[in-house]
Amino acid sequence: MSDLQVFRQETREWLEENCPQSMRSPVNTADQACWGGRNFDFESEDQKLWMERMGAKGWTAPDWPTEYGGGGLDRAENKVLKEEIARIRARSPLDSFGIWMIGPALLKFGSEELKQQHLPPIVRGEIRWCQGYSEPNAGSDLAGLQSKAVDLGDHFIANGQKVWTDQCDKADWMFCLLRTDPEAKKQMGISLVLFDMETPGVTPKPIKLISGSSPFCETFLDDVRVEKDQIVGEVNQGWTIAKYLLTHEREMIGGFGLTGAGSKTLGMIAADTVGTQDGRLNDLFMRTDIARWEIDAASFALTAERVSDEVKSGQGVGATSAMLKYYGTELNKRRFEQLMKINGSNAMIWDGEVSNGGWAARAWLRTKGNSIEGGTSEVQLNIIAKNIFGLG
Amino acid sequence: MTMVLNEEQQMLKDSAVGFLAEHAPVAELRKHRDAGSETGYSDTLWSQMVNMGWAAILIPEEYGGLAFGHVGMGQISEQSGRTLTASPLLSTAVLGVTAISLAGNDTQKTELLGAIASGDLTTALAVDEKIHHAPAQTAMPAEKTEHGYTLNGEKCAVLDGSTAGKLIVATRTAGKPGEMKGISLFLVDSDAEGVTVERTEMVDSRNSAIITFNNVQVTNDALLGEENQGFRPLSATLDAGNAHLAAELLGIAQESFDRTLQYLKERKQFGALIGSFQGLQHRAAHWWSEVELCKSVVLKTLQSLDDGDVKSPALASIAKAKLCDVAELSTNEAIQMHGGIGMTDECEIGFFIKHARPVQMLYGDYNYHADRYALLCGY
Repeated sequence: MSDLQVFRQETREWLEENCPQSMRSPVNTADQACWGGRNFDFESEDQKLWMERMGAKGWTAPDWPTEYGGGGLDRAENKVLKEEIARIRARSPLDSFGIWMIGPALLKFGSEELKQQHLPPIVRGEIRWCQGYSEPNAGSDLAGLQSKAVDLGDHFIANGQKVWTDQCDKADWMFCLLRTDPEAKKQMGISLVLFDMETPGVTPKPIKLISGSSPFCETFLDDVRVEKDQIVGEVNQGWTIAKYLLTHEREMIGGFGLTGAGSKTLGMIAADTVGTQDGRLNDLFMRTDIARWEIDAASFALTAERVSDEVKSGQGVGATSAMLKYYGTELNKRRFEQLMKINGSNAMIWDGEVSNGGWAARAWLRTKGNSIEGGTSEVQLNIIAKNIFGLG
Repeated sequence: MTMVLNEEQQMLKDSAVGFLAEHAPVAELRKHRDAGSETGYSDTLWSQMVNMGWAAILIPEEYGGLAFGHVGMGQISEQSGRTLTASPLLSTAVLGVTAISLAGNDTQKTELLGAIASGDLTTALAVDEKIHHAPAQTAMPAEKTEHGYTLNGEKCAVLDGSTAGKLIVATRTAGKPGEMKGISLFLVDSDAEGVTVERTEMVDSRNSAIITFNNVQVTNDALLGEENQGFRPLSATLDAGNAHLAAELLGIAQESFDRTLQYLKERKQFGALIGSFQGLQHRAAHWWSEVELCKSVVLKTLQSLDDGDVKSPALASIAKAKLCDVAELSTNEAIQMHGGIGMTDECEIGFFIKHARPVQMLYGDYNYHADRYALLCGY
């Protein structure tokens, strides 16, 4: 048996032993996802157990180095792990902006002390992170941010207002962009800082969205003390890290355009709701729209596959994340517009059993933000024109 | 299979880029058009392609071919789209070879594939009878006689029909139009008695023909594949054809884009390069994104043909539909962004839209393939 086969065997046995039965089915609603952190309200004992076991093994962040609590797996092993997890249909043990965003940034730009301090609790799901980027007057023009941190010798004092901070009323720590040099040219005077949400002067306030839920907050910073050792990278060099994180975020949000392999296609859902005759949907206009969407979606999924293969083989252009973000989010919006039409008047119901708690309407409205958050579609098109075409 | 070209495929692509840019640029197509060329393509060019082995790329090794696969051939199809190169590559080296390889008996394969590889034979696929592609609707009768069959009827939109040595003709030997069973394929010499070929002058100055069959007598040897079972090889041949047409459209879309982007960097209005205007930047960026999707779907479809994947028919329809859509966008945007100059015959950009539409139409346009894909998906 090859090493990889041995690894697969051991992984399978370990998962078999350690994944609780109730964690072996896909999550139905966003509420069922496990986010961890100091104040997380676990849905069940099993959910907590699953996160803790995977965290202790380092498999919540399988490709991070073991010295920071990660799994230390290489690409092939990581793929095997993913396959074995999928095989038993196990849920993600931990969804985390720590793992997706600040962790990779710390691995790339952080000091040894910051890595030792922050990465292991992220892996174990003990600390939940949120992102403090946008401000009321700095959205698409993020580098125009005004919240500032003033150097008081042994620490900084931060003041200002952040907006669209993810779930920050539930988060434990924030990674935050602050202006540390008001004189410098706008991209040059920004630092990426980390602070505990329990620090005096940090006040989160949830924002209710058109979808009825409040996944984001605005966060007020009033004389918040930030320790000097909690700056990632160099002072005033935060924009480089921010751009790296934004690329990461684009790739993540662009993935929304990819529907899971097991999920029902729009065509199948429509066949159930409007019926078919001689193999064609009874609503021919609906059928035309769905086919166009399915063709685009299939082409997009293949593009994500191709771009990933090109990067692996060293042929990648590296600037395609803007395209994937743009196309993926527009595709996801189109998908939900189609779903609303397919589900007819039931899709208009906001609450109650018949509409599964207004799931379709709420999810549809939430997708409208996909092409705004993480850089609007228009910003992505600007990036393509500038970085790929060289148009001024 | 990973979605990148291997070294051999990359080499073939590089050689196609070099050869076609040197020997068959758009200027050659203009020359043929202005000279009122009889064949629509250059015999010399085709001989050179044959000498490079391009006619034999899809022919199995046991019949003297290179067995290099669809991904390899697809690189040439794509480059032919970029340069708008006219040649019998699709009609003969893709459609002829695929149909004969799939349906032919050993004698037919040995003789015909050998003749194609050596450049002695070109073929044309005669399938459509009405103005919209509908292979299952084949109605043209082939009636059984004592020594063979008698063919009567008319075929239209026969690519390279006026130059090919042999026609591969879809006929009905049983059942009703619309039924897949009862279709039979025949090999008919284009100079056989009763065959009348009328060359139609096309918008892209290429070769197409309306072919009439008037009591054409063929022997049993002319049957390609089993009687009444012709739909399956015909359909697989059309899938391959559509994959390569999609590759050609990809070349057209990319070249239209590249030329237009260049123009955005040269043309000045209001004292600025027009490429500095956000209204055009966003349209160009959207267009480029669509072309990126096309690259993926074309490559995957070609790979699926080489793998004998059961998803090939669905992929061929996705690829053709998507490329029809994006080729239309590409050629329309190219003219609009070129402005007045794009409307002139002198500017080459107009040649791309003129070739794109017949390629889109051939063997099923967007509507045909979106419908087919939806049916394959059960809706």
